[in-house]
Amino acid sequence: MGKIDSKADAIAGGIRSRLEHESGRKHVTGTAAYLDDMPEPRGTLHLYPCLSPHAHARIARLDLSRVEAAPGVRAVLTSADIPGTNDFSHGGLGDDRVFSDRLVEYAGQVVFVVVADSRAAARDAVALAEIDYQELPAILDVDAARAAGSLHEPPRVLRRGDSAAAIEAAPHRLSGRVSNGGQEHFYLESQIALAVPKEDGDIHLYSATQDPSAVQTIVARVLDQPANSVTVEVRRLGGGFGGKETVPSHFAAIAAVAARRTGRPVKIRLDRDDDMKITGKRHEMHTDFRVGFDGEGRVLGIEFDIHGACGNSLDQSIPVLNRAVFHADNCYYLEHFRATCHYWKTHTVSAVAFRGFGSPQGLLVVERVMDRIARHLGRDPLAVRQANFYGTATRNITPYGSEVGDNLLGRVVPALVASSDYHARRRQIAAFNAGSPVLKKGLALMPLKYGVGFGLNFLNQGGALLHLYADGSLHLNHGGVEMGQGLHTKVAQVVAEELQVDVARIRVSATTTEKVPNTVATAASSGTDINAAAARNAAGKIRARLVDFLCRDGSVPPEQIEFLPNRVRVGNQEIGFDDLAERAYMARVPLSATGSYKAPENDYDPVAMTGHPYRYYVYGAAVAEVTIDTLTGENAVDRVDILHDVGRSLNPALDFGQLEGGFVQGMGWMTTEELVWDAAGRLRTHAPSTYKIPACADRPREMRMAFLDNTGEIPDTVFHSKAIGEPPLCLALVVLSALADAVAQAIGPGDFAGLDAPATAENILLTLQRNRRAAA
Amino acid sequence: MVKRATVRFLLNGDLIEMDDVGPTTTVLDYLREVRDLRGTKEGCGEGDCGACTVAVGRLEGGAVRYRAVNACIQFLATLDGCSLLTVEGIGQPGGLLHPVQAEMVARHGSQCGFCTPGFIMSMYVLWAGGGRPSRAQIAEELAGNLCRCTGYGPIVEAMEAAMGQPAVLAAEERIARLLAMIRPEEELLLSGPRGSFHAPLTLASLARACAEAPEATVLAGGTDVGLWVTKQNRKLRHVIYTGQVAELLEVRETPEAFFIGAAVRYSDLPPALLADYPDFAAVLRRIGSRQIRNLGTVGGNIANGSPIGDTPPLLIAIGARLLLRHGEAQREVALEDYFLAYGKQDRAPGEVVVGVTIPRPAPGWRFFAFKLSKRFDQDISAVCGAFNLKIARGRVEAARIAFGGMAATPKRASAAEAALTGQPWTEATVEASCAALERDFSPITDMRASADYRRQAAANLLRKVHVETAPDRVPTRIRA
Repeated sequence: MGKIDSKADAIAGGIRSRLEHESGRKHVTGTAAYLDDMPEPRGTLHLYPCLSPHAHARIARLDLSRVEAAPGVRAVLTSADIPGTNDFSHGGLGDDRVFSDRLVEYAGQVVFVVVADSRAAARDAVALAEIDYQELPAILDVDAARAAGSLHEPPRVLRRGDSAAAIEAAPHRLSGRVSNGGQEHFYLESQIALAVPKEDGDIHLYSATQDPSAVQTIVARVLDQPANSVTVEVRRLGGGFGGKETVPSHFAAIAAVAARRTGRPVKIRLDRDDDMKITGKRHEMHTDFRVGFDGEGRVLGIEFDIHGACGNSLDQSIPVLNRAVFHADNCYYLEHFRATCHYWKTHTVSAVAFRGFGSPQGLLVVERVMDRIARHLGRDPLAVRQANFYGTATRNITPYGSEVGDNLLGRVVPALVASSDYHARRRQIAAFNAGSPVLKKGLALMPLKYGVGFGLNFLNQGGALLHLYADGSLHLNHGGVEMGQGLHTKVAQVVAEELQVDVARIRVSATTTEKVPNTVATAASSGTDINAAAARNAAGKIRARLVDFLCRDGSVPPEQIEFLPNRVRVGNQEIGFDDLAERAYMARVPLSATGSYKAPENDYDPVAMTGHPYRYYVYGAAVAEVTIDTLTGENAVDRVDILHDVGRSLNPALDFGQLEGGFVQGMGWMTTEELVWDAAGRLRTHAPSTYKIPACADRPREMRMAFLDNTGEIPDTVFHSKAIGEPPLCLALVVLSALADAVAQAIGPGDFAGLDAPATAENILLTLQRNRRAAA
Repeated sequence: MVKRATVRFLLNGDLIEMDDVGPTTTVLDYLREVRDLRGTKEGCGEGDCGACTVAVGRLEGGAVRYRAVNACIQFLATLDGCSLLTVEGIGQPGGLLHPVQAEMVARHGSQCGFCTPGFIMSMYVLWAGGGRPSRAQIAEELAGNLCRCTGYGPIVEAMEAAMGQPAVLAAEERIARLLAMIRPEEELLLSGPRGSFHAPLTLASLARACAEAPEATVLAGGTDVGLWVTKQNRKLRHVIYTGQVAELLEVRETPEAFFIGAAVRYSDLPPALLADYPDFAAVLRRIGSRQIRNLGTVGGNIANGSPIGDTPPLLIAIGARLLLRHGEAQREVALEDYFLAYGKQDRAPGEVVVGVTIPRPAPGWRFFAFKLSKRFDQDISAVCGAFNLKIARGRVEAARIAFGGMAATPKRASAAEAALTGQPWTEATVEASCAALERDFSPITDMRASADYRRQAAANLLRKVHVETAPDRVPTRIRA
């Protein structure tokens, strides 16, 4: 504590400061330990999985005798070795099997695992299995599932008004389909778990998970043990993006079963290709739409049939598709509205959570519809969008019945139109295109309204544990997982602010179910909203006890006690924070506190898909300028302008990182990230050699980003901050609209179909060819 | 010749001597599992993500020059005589951060941090090279490091800020002295229960070894062979390494041609060649990443016979010839005749590729080359097209056109060439040639592109060449 200046007039590292990531120095020196970097306990064994090569098959014969006899092999595990339930699904639905059993339902499904002295020995042994698969007919895509009626759940419908009649009566009508591919998370750290057996049959699990409590619950269920015998710990993830929300329970369960079976620590670390084959991705969706509109482009009636390729198990597909519905309005008042969700079961890997959780797919549909209306009418797409904007006093109720509160569109969009010079650049681009037969430029603006929070009430809770030690240093734990977003940094800043101490006094350590129980996934952009609030609550309790102590000790009323930077004023005296801690300890004041937080109640019906699923909305807008090569379909994003609402940022540097990084991740989904399955349902893009996330040079050549100066009416969140994790990814949908604009400029006036996501070079070229042929 | 059974290299400045090294033990496994140096990460195990990037130094003109490479696919025994630096080895005296590290922290260049040590090593090498690289050059140098969190902006800014800042090059003098000491002067021959690794120093020795053991795996840069091990789990029992063979590391320039030894890495191709053929340079900088180009060789790119290697179509269009050697016997073939069928080349068992002779541009010829891939940088071609045309007085006097990705081998487009040759260089001729191209190729559909796209795009590349030769220049290249 020696360096802390107790007379400073502000603490170091409080809220609003551009504090560096708490692990930044460790990242750059290679000393930040990820799970695979931790020294293995003595005697650790290693796992390797066997993957089904078939999408749908019955296992007629499974002979593992040669595997068991292979050098170094300690155990071979199948579904028969599971003490409890062969299911890692978070809902306990029974459809996410740890081991396939006799039926495999996707290519890549884990059939068995080998436990051996080394990973190499386990891997070698896997190849010795003799398995006879009896192939069954496989349903590999939405169209096949529709033909076969292969549904996970009955469709859910949200209606407002009479969309069919409104469309019929409209002066203009369009219909079509908007499709998006899935998206691989491509966290750099592949799935990993280490299970260490303890006394009494307990298991200590290190798991790279966004949801330690869920891993605890599921592993307990798989082992048929109570939750108190399973501890889950995670210090940091090498990226998550939703791919470590439900999926890691699978590998944690495998490691735990192996540890129980062998009595030894067991580690499973997936090879990248295996990870990409076994684990789920963003939902591929195909939405059939019908829209009726007037001559200004104002939507009069609209209908969506959202077809989700949910994969072989349900996982979280229902809330994902619901979220697509809740964002299919984006910023537009759609009075007569129907959206129907179809949860298709396919013999492919289960689709799972991915940053945005269905919202991007819903937004994509309505944004493409706006583009098509504009081209149909020959109007600027921005004008059509603006004609449909939600109002503030009227036309301000969403199809699901929420009021569009704190509507910032009126501030965000005009400001970005001006700062991006949208109209002048529209003219410049037309001039460029007139003189450029091969390369064509396109421009688009996309507004964004994004609903923050989990729909279900029980998920909107946070927990924390804070210790103040007698030397004035603090130890903080909370329920959230650090996956790069800077959550630990922000939560520490909030505690520092609450106690008025330099953030350097606060040490955040691994998230563990032993310290903060019954937590929720770090997901839905809500990590800070709920965990920083819980930590603040804990800090407030300690602060209150200190105040109480000082009042008694100094015989002063509470009004005379003031927390100043690293010191406290008591009456007309000041006491250093360290001295205060020491004195409070000596006076037997309890200096450890739990903190909790529950968000205000949502009034939301997930079956009817109506009510108030969100705590508040985040607003933003982006402009993208792109160039396409009409001979090859190659393309580049030339410039991006973003104005985004993050409330009052707790840490503008970290929030900026989310803004930029989220955008580029979304841009990849819109452009180069293409998942390709072959006719047998095998993923062909299961490595970075074939699945192409953005590289350094793909970043837009120019990015001009700013946060909205939001000091107005903002929700009652932690120090008036707003969520930042997912909305920026959605802003990248503007890239697809801009590419479509460039294609339109090459084709000439009028509407055209196609150009779905991802708009690969191939997709762009073939869209051009198809529509030119259609025109000719 | 005396052979040595001990690998010698420097690890963060310390001399390491090992005799218990498997022929395919990777540098990454060695660092993480044997040395417990776990700053270097495995992200993909195939040289595509860069999380495992380390710096490998060799003496060049008395000083140590480092290059960034992928530790996951480089075999440890290939480091014989080299200096290996990892993220643990670049700290500054007094526990201070190196400027690339300090700037990354200050500019928030790490989020989850898993890719960061790999970035740091690429940045360290770039910093050590000095100069003032542009943002585009920085992006090119960092193309082999994938980051899923940041969107790269703060990383590029950190790199710009770190360039030119003073810092200590890790144990520079000591490393130079030790490197001079461990320079391989006898052939490395490791053999043990896991197999053998042989690194001949002369062409004669290499040719003899390969002729005597035609079943051996000939290893050059390892950017393909490495994946046989990490991804296919193949057990290579007998590896013969070309990377220490003096004659294969040679580059010779004459007024007529360049000779490029088979073990010359992409990064070491002579600037004069790239100046002669700017489009060759443009494609070259998109082969793999900097890390891959620091390992991969033109000889390997040819020898492995891949239908999607990027240099063969270009070299075929240029008219390159391949030099091969079997035992004492040498022969030369036109490169286009080397590729016989998918996975089959005109190379006898035990025969080795010595090098390739690339003619300089002849008067009147113009060379164009294009690479089409899903991602601009560090991707494998869907289509790679090369066009070498002699156009005089508005007429095509001769044409050499070759494509990769369009057939089971890199292949000339003979029908398209014939449709051009002797014809006026007009849109009509180009269209006739595009139609002829349909007869040249029946491309396949795979995860990189559909047959339809490949056909359309290949023809459009010829159309693009026509646009680019027109007197009125219009923009034709997005990332020129």
